[in-house]
Amino acid sequence: MTIPDPTSDAIALGIFLALLTGTALLLSRYVSGVFAGELSHGPPGRIEEWLFRLVRTDPLREEGWRGYARNMLVFNVVGFLFLFSLLLLQGFLPLNPQGYGAFAPHVALNTAVSFVTNTNWQVYAGETTASYLAQMAGLTVQNFLSAGTGICIALAVMRGITRRTTPLIGNFWVDITRCTLYILLPIAFVASLLLVSQGVVQNFDPYVHADGYGGPQTIAMGPVATQETIKNLGTNGGGFFSANAAHPYENPTALTNLLEIFLILLIPATLPFVFGRMAGTMRQGWAIYAAMLVIFVGALGALYAVELAGNPLVTDLGVAGVSMEGKEVRFGLGGTALFTTATTATSCGAVNAMFDSLTPLGGMVPLLLMLLGEVVFGGVGSGFYTFVGFMVLSVFVAGLMIGRTPEFLGKKIDVPEMRMAVVTVLAPGVLVVVLSAVSLLVPGALSAMLNPGPHGLSELVYAFASMSNNNGSAFGGLDGSSPYYAVAGSLAMAVGRFVPAVAMLALAGSMAQKKRVPPGPGTLPTSSATFVLWTVLVILIVGVLTFFPLFATGPIAEHLIMIEGGTT
Amino acid sequence: MARKRYPRPAAFEPGLLREALVGSVLKLDLRRQVQNPVMLLVEVGGILTTATFLVAPTAPTALFTALVSAWLWLTVLFANFAESLSEGRGRARAASLRESRTSVVAHRLRGDAAEDVPSSDLRTGDLVRVGETEVVPGDGDVVKGAAQINEAAVTGESAPVIREAGGDRSAVTGGTTVVAGEIVVRITANPGETFLDRMITMVEGAERRKTPNELALDVLVLSLTAVFLVVVGAIYPVSAYSAAESGTGAAVSLTVLVALFVCLAPTTIAALLPVIGIAGMDRLFRRNVVALSGRAIEAAGDVNVLLLDKTGTITHGNRQAVEFVPVEGVSRAELMEAAFLSSFADETPEGKSIVALVRKKTGAVPECPPDTSFTPFSPQTRMSAAECGGVAYLKGAADAITAKVADLGGRVPPDLTAKVNGIASEGGTPLVAARDSTVLGVIFLKDILKTGIRERFADLRKIGIKTVMITGDNPLTAAAIAAEAGVDDYLAEAKPDEKLRLIREYQDEGYMVAMTGDGTNDAPALAQADVAVAMNSGTQPAREAANIIDLDSDPTKLLEIVEVGKEILMTRGALTTFSIANDVAKYFAIIPAALIAIYPQLAALNIMHLASPGSAILSAVIFNALVILCLIPLALAGVRFRPMPASRLFALNLTVFGLGGVVAPFVGIKVIDMIIAAFLPV
Repeated sequence: MTIPDPTSDAIALGIFLALLTGTALLLSRYVSGVFAGELSHGPPGRIEEWLFRLVRTDPLREEGWRGYARNMLVFNVVGFLFLFSLLLLQGFLPLNPQGYGAFAPHVALNTAVSFVTNTNWQVYAGETTASYLAQMAGLTVQNFLSAGTGICIALAVMRGITRRTTPLIGNFWVDITRCTLYILLPIAFVASLLLVSQGVVQNFDPYVHADGYGGPQTIAMGPVATQETIKNLGTNGGGFFSANAAHPYENPTALTNLLEIFLILLIPATLPFVFGRMAGTMRQGWAIYAAMLVIFVGALGALYAVELAGNPLVTDLGVAGVSMEGKEVRFGLGGTALFTTATTATSCGAVNAMFDSLTPLGGMVPLLLMLLGEVVFGGVGSGFYTFVGFMVLSVFVAGLMIGRTPEFLGKKIDVPEMRMAVVTVLAPGVLVVVLSAVSLLVPGALSAMLNPGPHGLSELVYAFASMSNNNGSAFGGLDGSSPYYAVAGSLAMAVGRFVPAVAMLALAGSMAQKKRVPPGPGTLPTSSATFVLWTVLVILIVGVLTFFPLFATGPIAEHLIMIEGGTT
Repeated sequence: MARKRYPRPAAFEPGLLREALVGSVLKLDLRRQVQNPVMLLVEVGGILTTATFLVAPTAPTALFTALVSAWLWLTVLFANFAESLSEGRGRARAASLRESRTSVVAHRLRGDAAEDVPSSDLRTGDLVRVGETEVVPGDGDVVKGAAQINEAAVTGESAPVIREAGGDRSAVTGGTTVVAGEIVVRITANPGETFLDRMITMVEGAERRKTPNELALDVLVLSLTAVFLVVVGAIYPVSAYSAAESGTGAAVSLTVLVALFVCLAPTTIAALLPVIGIAGMDRLFRRNVVALSGRAIEAAGDVNVLLLDKTGTITHGNRQAVEFVPVEGVSRAELMEAAFLSSFADETPEGKSIVALVRKKTGAVPECPPDTSFTPFSPQTRMSAAECGGVAYLKGAADAITAKVADLGGRVPPDLTAKVNGIASEGGTPLVAARDSTVLGVIFLKDILKTGIRERFADLRKIGIKTVMITGDNPLTAAAIAAEAGVDDYLAEAKPDEKLRLIREYQDEGYMVAMTGDGTNDAPALAQADVAVAMNSGTQPAREAANIIDLDSDPTKLLEIVEVGKEILMTRGALTTFSIANDVAKYFAIIPAALIAIYPQLAALNIMHLASPGSAILSAVIFNALVILCLIPLALAGVRFRPMPASRLFALNLTVFGLGGVVAPFVGIKVIDMIIAAFLPV
């Protein structure tokens, strides 16, 4: 194994982030062009026109937030019903060389909700339960569409904030079509080829049986690469295989590891700049990006440091260096820490390591990143609009402190905006606390814990944090396949996804109708360093105040017991 | 000039204090607490812990439970006290206003005959006669006659003012006294709806509706409270589970849960929120400004365009002579002599200033020959004149004098036009003086800026407020004065409809516009402006259209109103930030204390080294209660507004109230803990 070298890891991270920022800046120009309809002339425009005729929509007719939200919900309900049916019927359908039967109903429910909400929490093991058709036509398709839904909502929110005195925030059918056709498909196509070149498999072959080390083995196959790219690009995170990106056919080399992290962060990092362009002030885009980056780098540094320090109990046993149990040696500490931070900072949830084996405080980092509301880059779209919810709160208190009715980019923040922002920001956290507490009271729910005590509590909280915030990564240790967890989890995912989404669309609708007050020396600059710092503080304070008791009884207690030399 | 300001009740004046103490106990009624849901929850928490104590008064934790209960009740009482105190101050002021509202006998006119009726029987449209030394029975307009009126009851100003039929000085207010003269007044308000009634209602805060900003802040405060309720509720199963797994300790007790909830809930801002708005109105009232809605004051804080009348606001009302400019071939002394004689009997302020300037410049007191005859200034001739020894001295507007001189067969000196235009372009008013048919020169009259006005505008610009001067002057003069005063823009030769159009234009661009006005023709513009300040001396329509009335009729008050508006919002923001920042320290005090029986290792989180779990929790509760009491003066006085750019102001307040809010409770809780540990076995 490689000995971690913090200096070179830091340099590598710097290069990686510079590359990411540069690409995001370039891509933002393209993305804003796509949504402005710049690509809709010429050959691609004809596919678009055909699709619009199919759903009978007039691409020039925009809607208010209610119409936009209704279409978004209809689209997602239809997607859910299709996927749910497919999972139940896969036994009767082709492309099923292993002859898998139907999903259990509660597993199908959880999986369908999971993929529609961009959570991709997996209570099923991909390679041992799902047919190729279910993986491709069901899960991969939803990987595209749920990501597209998130981006569309983010765009509608941007329009709401930047437009003035109009009730219209866009046409959902047009947005989802353009987003899928011009943004997600081309990037996924190129990235898939790159992954295949590194050894990610892409076939419809039956599983291979081999006499491997220690006895006969079954090696799973399938159309992996196409799902792998959109899994990361769309911050979905549902792996083709149960081991997710720790599996060598999903993530074979250090290069694919970096490429996948890059894909995870790409669109979430692009959206602040898209917003900057739409608002006509790139400075605002940079400010949002900077706030996200501050938390991201801070979390990454913390995770790296606590994992580097390792577990004193293990060190006492004579094992020197970083604890590598649960990590892949081909990625090392740097690759693991970066992937773990990226996947939980965004709402991706793909994993290349087993979080259950991280040190207690190390495990708290991904947990905290999710509990902050998935705003540090965040899920594609959802990260941006949730961040806007936090900004509205920050602007409100900051605006009061300078003696003005608060305004964000010249739009006054009134009661409706506050209501929607508060719902967006607080709903997922309340959901986590309530469902975790309820699970401790439900008979039988506790038996799903692998490690009772503080670590078990971390596992439980992590599960609901992951589902409520539509992350989908699993801490491991908690068996979430029982009907209770499957149903409670479905509820968490659906509420955690659609309540903030609709709330932010309502906020956008309300903002769009307002006049825009011209900025002056008396208005609070929302792109200043002070304001960036303030927003970061608001995000951290809201997160910490909501979850401090759970942290204290979970990872912090476990950590304190560990450094004292005890076990739990 | 004698001026009565309303007495300024000290924050803790004994009479008000006693009233507030009684009020804070009465407000414990749960039905009244509903108006403040956060404090309602604290009170319910107090009831729960008190019940816990009463059920088991001999339990080992009884002392702790009793102390926590006592301090929870005190928390509620402190909040009630703050609100009662601010309401009491409002009531005290309202009472002083109400004294002048006592019913008087009115002489109602029926045709030519008058009948005496109580003033409460008067209705809109009634005509009443008010004679000398009588009290005006209701709000109305003078329709006949003129009188000197003492308005001290309303304005605190004891110098009488003239009110006469027609024009912009026809409005009279009920409760004021006629000093001299007799007038007939048409009543314009029914009893209970008069200007005075509206003022009393506002000052009392009796019909105070929450402003949109308060409602938006309520959303934040209430949702945070709800979240903390859920978080604290979840601690019970979490601690029960942890205790079961670790084999030591027990689930966190109800008393501790209630204590934690009360400490986390934003009680500071919830307790003081109602105070801030009432106190703001009170501060305005102390400056003799009455806001007719809380919303208007807050809007004042948002104003970014101020429309200011030149006369009275930017300049002293009158132009004054500053220089004599003789034409070629004429000595200055000759010009001064003509100016002096022609202005000697001119009673206009301009004329007087010319006489004064000549006296100042010559150092002597020139005398008029006894046989002099005078023709005073008249608007028709636009000149004044004097004749002595057969020689005529003239002074007046440039075109009027040149026309007169031409009539007399005189000749206009070639350099006159240039000198006249030169003065006009400097913002002055040129008057020409002549002796018989000879033009002697030009008198330079100038608008004198109010002292400090330029600095005031610079301050406004710093905080992003644009000033627009409104004047009837010609564009040339207006531009010069605008430049001298340092306003950002001006509207010259302004007519009422142009004012209205200007306001609409700014509003369409998203600006919030404030203006002052007093005339009836200002009413449409006042109604359109976001913040409309009417002078109390103004007409009834102007006062009806405004949302703020300035009793002193001092147009520069607008600037102070803006400051108070900002202070109200800043105080809210500061206390909200402080309240939430406090929670960090409270968590560090309470969480380790509550869970230490389950996980002794959590002692590491007790970074304040508090003496015992009991004293830690109690200290946090006590701190939480005392902080409300300590911040009452700040809520009443408001966070002071300093003119500086928003970004700097934000950084400053963030440091003081954000950082201060994090640090203060660490210190406070530690100190209280040390005191408790020294005296109590909890």
